[in-house]
Amino acid sequence: MTVKELLEKKIYEEVSVGDGLSTEISKPYCCDLLSIAMGKAPAGSCWVTVMANVNTLAVASLTEVACVIVAEGMQLEESFVSKAVQQGITVLRSSQPVFDTAYAVQKLLEE
Amino acid sequence: MSEALLSLHYHVSPDDFQTAGEASSDVKNKLKKMGFPPEIVRKVAISMYEGEINMVIHAYGGEITVDIGMDEVRAVLKDKGPGIQDIGKAMEAGYSTASEKVRSMGFGAGMGLPNMKKYSDEMKIDTEIGVGTTVTLVVRLA
Repeated sequence: MTVKELLEKKIYEEVSVGDGLSTEISKPYCCDLLSIAMGKAPAGSCWVTVMANVNTLAVASLTEVACVIVAEGMQLEESFVSKAVQQGITVLRSSQPVFDTAYAVQKLLEE
Repeated sequence: MSEALLSLHYHVSPDDFQTAGEASSDVKNKLKKMGFPPEIVRKVAISMYEGEINMVIHAYGGEITVDIGMDEVRAVLKDKGPGIQDIGKAMEAGYSTASEKVRSMGFGAGMGLPNMKKYSDEMKIDTEIGVGTTVTLVVRLA
C-alpha cells in the first residue's frame, strides 16, 4: 500500500499531503520519544505517535518515514501544519489510540 | 581526508525548538542532491541531528561546520555551553539531564549520544566544564 492509497481510503483526517505519495509503506512504527524514533524509525514506515510538534516533523523528514499519523486526535498547532506542508511530509490524524491506529494500518498492509 | 567538495556552515540558535534540525535537514538535502547513497545520507542526518538538538537543549546553541569530501562527511559541532559533566554516563542509553520542558516535547530519552555513536563511523568529544563542547562526527563513504 502506498501513501496515496492510504490517503484514498479516507480513514484518517488529512492534515497535509506530502511529496512521497508513491512510497510503499513498509510497516507501522510506534514511538513517542523522538530520540528513540530518530534512531529506530524504519525508512518507509508509517509512524504513529501522539507527539505532534515541529520536532516530530524534523525526525520524520530525517528518518524518511513514509508518513506520520498523529493518534488520539491530538490538537495540531498551526506551526505544525504549515511546517508539514513546507517540508512535504504527509500527515494524517486519527482519533484512535496509537496501538489501534497502527493495528489498523497493519491490517490494511496485509490485505 | 581529501579536499572537501563542499564546506557548509550553520549557526544553531539556543532554545529554539521551532528551527532545530534545519541544519541537519539542509545537509541531508544537499547530500541527496549530490547523489550520496541513502544509507550514508541517513547516517549523517541522524548523527548530526542529535548533535544539533543537543546544542539547542543543553548548550545555548553554537556553530556547525560540515565538510563533504570524496571519502567522508565530517561535521564539527562547537558550542560554548556548560560542558558534559560525565561523558561515560552521557554515553549510556537512557541517561539524560534534560529538563521537564524538554522531555514534554519528546526529547530526553537519553539516546542522543548513543545515536550519534551508532550512526557515525568516528565520534570525538572535547568538552570542558564551563567552557564548551566540540563534537566531531565522521561518516565514511566506504
